[in-house]
Amino acid sequence: MAPVIKEFRLPDLGEGLTESEIVAWHVAVGDTVELNQVIADVETAKAVVELPSPYAGVVAKLHEQPGTVVEVGAPIVSFDVPGAGGDAPATDGPDQSRSEPAEPPRREPNLVGYGAAVEKSGRPARRARRAGAAVPATTIDAAAPAASAPAISTEPAVTPPPAQPPAPAPAPAVADAPRERPRSTPPVRKLARDLGIDLTGLTGSGPNGLIVREDVLAAQQGNAPASRQITAEAPPSSGTGGERVTRTPIRGVRKHTAAAMVASAFTAPHVTEFLTVDVTASMELLGRLKASRAFADVRITPLALVAKALCIALDRNPTLNSRWDEAAQEIVQHHYVNLGIAAATPRGLMVPNIKDAHELGLRELAEALTDLTETARAGKTGPADLSGGTISITNVGVFGIDAGTPILNPGEAAILAMGSVRKMPWEYKDEIALRQVMTLSLSFDHRLVDGEQGSRFLADIGTILRDPGMVLTMV
Amino acid sequence: MPSNDQTDATRDELIQLITPNGERRSNAAYDPWVADVDGAALQALYEDMVVIRRIDAEATALQRQGELALWPPLLGQEAAQIGSGRALREDDFVFSSYRENGVAYCRGVDLTDLLRVWRGNASSGWDPYAINMATPQVIIGAQTLHATGYAMGILTDGADSVAVTYFGDGATSQGDVNEAMVFAASYQAPVIFFCQNNQWAISEPVRLQAHVPIARRAPGFGIPSVRVDGNDVLACLAVTREALDRARTGGGPTFIEAVTYRMGPHTTADDPTRYRDANELEDWAAKDPIARLAGLLDSEGLLPAEVSDAVKATADEVAARLREGCISMPEPAALDVFKHVYSEPNSWLERQQDHYEQYLTSFGSSEEGGR
Repeated sequence: MAPVIKEFRLPDLGEGLTESEIVAWHVAVGDTVELNQVIADVETAKAVVELPSPYAGVVAKLHEQPGTVVEVGAPIVSFDVPGAGGDAPATDGPDQSRSEPAEPPRREPNLVGYGAAVEKSGRPARRARRAGAAVPATTIDAAAPAASAPAISTEPAVTPPPAQPPAPAPAPAVADAPRERPRSTPPVRKLARDLGIDLTGLTGSGPNGLIVREDVLAAQQGNAPASRQITAEAPPSSGTGGERVTRTPIRGVRKHTAAAMVASAFTAPHVTEFLTVDVTASMELLGRLKASRAFADVRITPLALVAKALCIALDRNPTLNSRWDEAAQEIVQHHYVNLGIAAATPRGLMVPNIKDAHELGLRELAEALTDLTETARAGKTGPADLSGGTISITNVGVFGIDAGTPILNPGEAAILAMGSVRKMPWEYKDEIALRQVMTLSLSFDHRLVDGEQGSRFLADIGTILRDPGMVLTMV
Repeated sequence: MPSNDQTDATRDELIQLITPNGERRSNAAYDPWVADVDGAALQALYEDMVVIRRIDAEATALQRQGELALWPPLLGQEAAQIGSGRALREDDFVFSSYRENGVAYCRGVDLTDLLRVWRGNASSGWDPYAINMATPQVIIGAQTLHATGYAMGILTDGADSVAVTYFGDGATSQGDVNEAMVFAASYQAPVIFFCQNNQWAISEPVRLQAHVPIARRAPGFGIPSVRVDGNDVLACLAVTREALDRARTGGGPTFIEAVTYRMGPHTTADDPTRYRDANELEDWAAKDPIARLAGLLDSEGLLPAEVSDAVKATADEVAARLREGCISMPEPAALDVFKHVYSEPNSWLERQQDHYEQYLTSFGSSEEGGR
């Protein structure tokens, strides 16, 4: 009568559903439940349904929290079930894996009602919280394109990397550009899977390039140490042990980044303008500030100067700080600046924002930037930091890049990419001099911002960076 | 008594022998049809209804637990199914839709067979000739044609059995049902069209497709019809017996509209709260078929605790057998798909089976199979 742990996996509650959201648990760990006692409310794409317990026993573990979207087939609750007797099904339940493997008709994981076998084992995604969290209401529904809405709240909201810089660190296995897998028949695919051969790297010798059994076997021999005959047709194995590509499931931050990028790129007509500025004066100012006592304990960077310049220019060109509300057919003009900063984090690209950046002085702005980047690098950026941005900066200069055409963070009207500061021969007082030069790239949503407004905004930032004293004429 | 000369007023009358409060109501025309139903018979009808509701609840739970792919609940329609199902003779033949699990229970279906299709384990649940009930038809209304054809065969055989076809209010809008009625009337075939008007064709309310009571349609085909309170098991028994008698004695087809209510979702993949008013469910819950009969039994002292406990125990036992049969059902073999396609050997099919076997063999010795 030793208790047995029985897992209950989320079934396909409708017809062909792949996931459901746990709405509420009606039981807690330690509760004794009867067979068919309602243990949870679950919302599928079709209905909210009550889940009856498949076992009589004691709840041992709740695997998922309410509000979590769970893939069909994932365990959601475990029970301590008395070894024998009780109402619980005495024979193998859905979790065949846990019971004696002696039964002759072995069940595939693709049990009736479980839908297709789930191949990926990604972490369950969370659904967007409804308005009300520590996020200004005006901005949460700002999540302009519906497709990117879920990304805005709990899961990292993501923004445009401008031009993707060359991977600075050994990049974690990046998938190759999507490519159609060469044709093959199911038995050959199974053979390849059994032998651990990646079909995408093979060239088929069958009709119309069909990969046949012999191709797979040849590839296996090619990989084996004692190869008998490696013909010229055998695929050349590269230095990485024969694998010519690595395939990584699209999920997590990458998936959300992609959705946000696509939503943004195909919703907001982008215009990008470039301005190359002699920032020698700004760099000199930066040097003086670093040396000054007031900024002694602050890490002040060109980014801080650009951020401050952007806030000042934004005050003169407010249309750049607005949002297109398609649903309401309204333009939302922000009277505050939540300044997003694109940051490379362990989880991928994120765009946390500095709240009310327009109210911050240069010193506070610099501190906020240091804070934000450290939090992001530590992977501790919270949902509130990621939502509600009104405009963004991406600093591609840190990667040694001059310019790019950044894609808007969904729901924002503009994004500024700052390039690296280079010493270049430049016109200075009618002569050629070696000056410190930076290129600014500004993308804006042409639905909201006309060329004139975008140009003036960019020119203002340029003016400030070229001659910081010009701020006096602007504020 | 229905006939082709009845007026709209009499045709619209709802035959009721037990009121929602559980009081026996006398009806000169139909009382004689249930004169033999004594206390024990009423208790048996009560047990049937409780058991099929329990079967229904257990199957719904099994679907929620991932053991069935889908289930079409009959909750609320117990009286219509038991009242008509228990009126049948063994040699009568039933052609039903997918919701008549209560009728199948009356026919003596094996509980595991009842779930086979819904578990995705077989393309058909049972041998129709073993219980004289065809396996459920999912195509809306198609079974009415099968029933009429079968009834025409009964005529040819010179037998006195009857074909009974079950369908819903939505099916009456299908061409098949109308064609079936044309042929049934033309041949005066011994067939009963038993329509469970449960008020909803999935999310479409019956009033959208029927501006007059559905029972009024049949006389247009020359088929007498009757409207019965579908939540009154005794009235359903009475009208079905009358229709069976007409069919057996050469009187031809009858159309029965059993006015009932689908208290649950269309299937387990449906959420009725999205399209219907909660008040409506409450109104119909007050007309519950089981509570009504329990009330009548109770008032006559026929439902002491030991009876209701015994009924509950029977229901629980049936549910446990149903569950056990479901979860221990072996997976079908890959080649089972070729079984029961034709009743006789077929060379084309054999060739396909041979090819398929070769194909399966090409996966190698591992029994895993290709996914």
